[in-house]
Amino acid sequence: MGILFSFFAVIILVLFVFVGVKVVKLQFLFGIIIPYAAVVTFIVGVIYRVVKWGHSPVPFRIPTTCGQQKSLPWIKQNKLENPSSTLGVIGRMAIEILLFRSLFRNIKTELRDGPKLAYGSDKWLWLAALAFHWSFLTILVRHLRLFTVPILPFIPLIEGIDGFLQIGVPRLYMTDIVILIAVAYLFLRRVYIPQVRYISLPADYFPLFLIFGVALSGVLMRYFVKVDVVAVKELTMGLVSFNPNIPEGIGIIFYIHLFLISTLFAYFPFSKLVHMGGVFLSPTRNLSNNSRIVRHINPWNYPVKARTYEEYEDEFREKMKKAGIPVEKE
Amino acid sequence: MAKVEVPKPDELSKIDYTPPKRGWMDTTVEFKPGTWCYGTRPKYVEAVDLPNPREWKPTDEDWKLPENWREIILEGIDDRLRKYRSFRLFMDICVRCGACADKCHFFVGSGDPKNMPVLRAELLRSVYRKYFTASGKHLGRLAGARELTYNVLKEWWYYFFQCTECRRCSAFCPYGIDTAEITLMGRELINLLGCNTDWIMGPVSNSYRTGNHLGLEPHTVKSNIEFLLDDVETITGIKIEPTFNRKGAEILLVNPSGDIFGDPGNYTAMGILMLFHEIGLDYTWSTYASEGGNFGFFTSNETAKRLYYKVYSEAKRLKVKWIIGGECGHQWRLFHQYLDTWHGPADFLEEPVSPTTGTKFENAKSTKAVHIAEFTADLIRHGKLKLDPSRNDHLKVTWHDSCNTARGMGIFEEPRYIIKNVCNYFYEMPENTIREKTFCCGSGSGLNAGENMELRMRGGFPRANAVKYVHEKYGVNMLAAMCAIDRAALPPLMDYWVPGVRVCGLHELVANALVMKGEKERTTDLRGDPLPGKEAKEDV
Repeated sequence: MGILFSFFAVIILVLFVFVGVKVVKLQFLFGIIIPYAAVVTFIVGVIYRVVKWGHSPVPFRIPTTCGQQKSLPWIKQNKLENPSSTLGVIGRMAIEILLFRSLFRNIKTELRDGPKLAYGSDKWLWLAALAFHWSFLTILVRHLRLFTVPILPFIPLIEGIDGFLQIGVPRLYMTDIVILIAVAYLFLRRVYIPQVRYISLPADYFPLFLIFGVALSGVLMRYFVKVDVVAVKELTMGLVSFNPNIPEGIGIIFYIHLFLISTLFAYFPFSKLVHMGGVFLSPTRNLSNNSRIVRHINPWNYPVKARTYEEYEDEFREKMKKAGIPVEKE
Repeated sequence: MAKVEVPKPDELSKIDYTPPKRGWMDTTVEFKPGTWCYGTRPKYVEAVDLPNPREWKPTDEDWKLPENWREIILEGIDDRLRKYRSFRLFMDICVRCGACADKCHFFVGSGDPKNMPVLRAELLRSVYRKYFTASGKHLGRLAGARELTYNVLKEWWYYFFQCTECRRCSAFCPYGIDTAEITLMGRELINLLGCNTDWIMGPVSNSYRTGNHLGLEPHTVKSNIEFLLDDVETITGIKIEPTFNRKGAEILLVNPSGDIFGDPGNYTAMGILMLFHEIGLDYTWSTYASEGGNFGFFTSNETAKRLYYKVYSEAKRLKVKWIIGGECGHQWRLFHQYLDTWHGPADFLEEPVSPTTGTKFENAKSTKAVHIAEFTADLIRHGKLKLDPSRNDHLKVTWHDSCNTARGMGIFEEPRYIIKNVCNYFYEMPENTIREKTFCCGSGSGLNAGENMELRMRGGFPRANAVKYVHEKYGVNMLAAMCAIDRAALPPLMDYWVPGVRVCGLHELVANALVMKGEKERTTDLRGDPLPGKEAKEDV
């Protein structure tokens, strides 16, 4: 149900913009108002989410330690998997966020005859996730070409690396292909692995279809159904300089691409996609494991009713004396 | 109540991992015999002033909940969302990638999809979405949201008490989502309605009153230990006389009480007593703070904090300088990550320094509590112990990293260093089943009851399987661990899946190898089994 619903939701979005632009001629709405609204929703929404998370304190220091602790001087500490300093935490978070360390750890558990459990390395999800996120980032950065004058110097460099294969005209960007393959893989594993299908919600399929739609419309526009790039740049520069206008003659495919992106931006803060911001705040990863070295304060710590020694001794005094255990009051 | 028969291993290991056709929201919970623990008796709930004490059974139609139970739960969620960033964050950022699914020992051993950490968390997340997020309120099931119904509550109870809070899934999660945090919150919530298990609340109320979860009164703590020392005298010829509640001792020992009560933990306690005697440590045992483990952690943060009041207050009363903690799993999760925050600053204590070696334990500077493995490893490193590892030659040993000391602390090398110095035959289990990837014994977090034996055998299956591997490959016959629940839970697990493997603590092995000043020639190990090469003498 989730798959079909999400698929048709994206199809309807596409039809919506098609009718809106082609039939009703609402270029102004789809080219200016919606993108602005989406960006505002994105920024406000993400800030709201992060502030809300940040508002809840971290009462206890609870890192998951995945390596040797800092203890005796002759025992080698694993400073990245079990950091005891801020520098270590930065290192741990960096490999987590840039290289998906925890996902790299992934193993597959299999029950074989015997019965015996076997564990094999399973890096496909890691590879696909890494390919997807890095492609996405590269594509996003490449798009800055449309939003800057003069074009920031690192953009041609990234384009050069991304397109070094130099196939055809316009030259083929690897990330365009990689992101489509990666999203397709992430979708297919959701469908084909029974357990993953069982846990999947419409909210898992929808962003996959949406991102696939964004990437596909982008690829079509770049390589197959050409649009007037000069006009597109005029529109995007109008948007960033808050002097928006709609140039004539941009093809419908551009509006589809732009609307799907706007949807993605607006959907972002209300969905699981906020994991992008959340991963930085995860208390099992971003805390140093030094809770015996430095005291960690719980802001809502309050006194609790406890059984005091006096109460204890009052109940057991005679028995303690008989057993020769020292007491406070004879 | 009659004991539930556990199916035979070959039957239990036929595990079907295919999820049901119906979606999980449409599958209501089925209380399968052997997979759940008895409900709490009212006297235990009353003993620690938790709400709604009453006679009830989890299989009852009517759980005798307060009229406004739904409001209590929803307010409870709201309260905890404000108090714990982990909770709010982990409700929001899961992408359901499934990397955690086959990391949980309960899922591997049962195939029940609701034992996948992601889905166990979704049981709570779905309700969170319904009442606390805009998308859930408006889109309902499309956004993965569902109403909080009586059946949902029962499902929570059933599955949140099928999580040993071992945090293995958390090590594999790309965002570090920790199911232990989620089931801790889930358990807190159902505790607001007075629903817990007898096997958790009994120890909680005992710990509160007597200081230890077995309910041993002070004179019994002392006599139990003296009883162990009679055995030590028989074996070594040395009479050990520890002190109890002695003011002015340098060190307070806080040990799990299970070790002075039952086999095989008692050999570990004997080992600690022998070691401390041998180095002439100025320490005392407390009958009041006579428990390292903290079952309160399995009811609520507040109860856990109430039970640990005894640790620092007793150290203060006895005017000791610092604390050594024994071989116990959750004790160390809590000593390491919670104790100082709850009851610190421990500024009446001194920064721990080993009186034997002069080593400063800088990693315990604030808490002033040193793990006994850290302490002993340091002794060995400085050559302070005379060891004869050949006395353990009848043992082929493997090491089980206890979940809490592994993933909540990262103590991996110290115990291995000790074992390698006191045993000649040490074999590691396969790489993906040790250290931070270690598998739970299947009975942590208060699941070590008898009535849920099938669940325990299922949950312990991955651990047992790894032991079986080294048992068959190297002839391993001893599984060592530094957690009192491991020592209680692993023996039945081994008997079921890997007969021929016994279970011990770290300091049992130390004490076997420890050559004590003035000891007579030992002919047996602590268990009374003949030492290698001494069998013949036994026969004469």
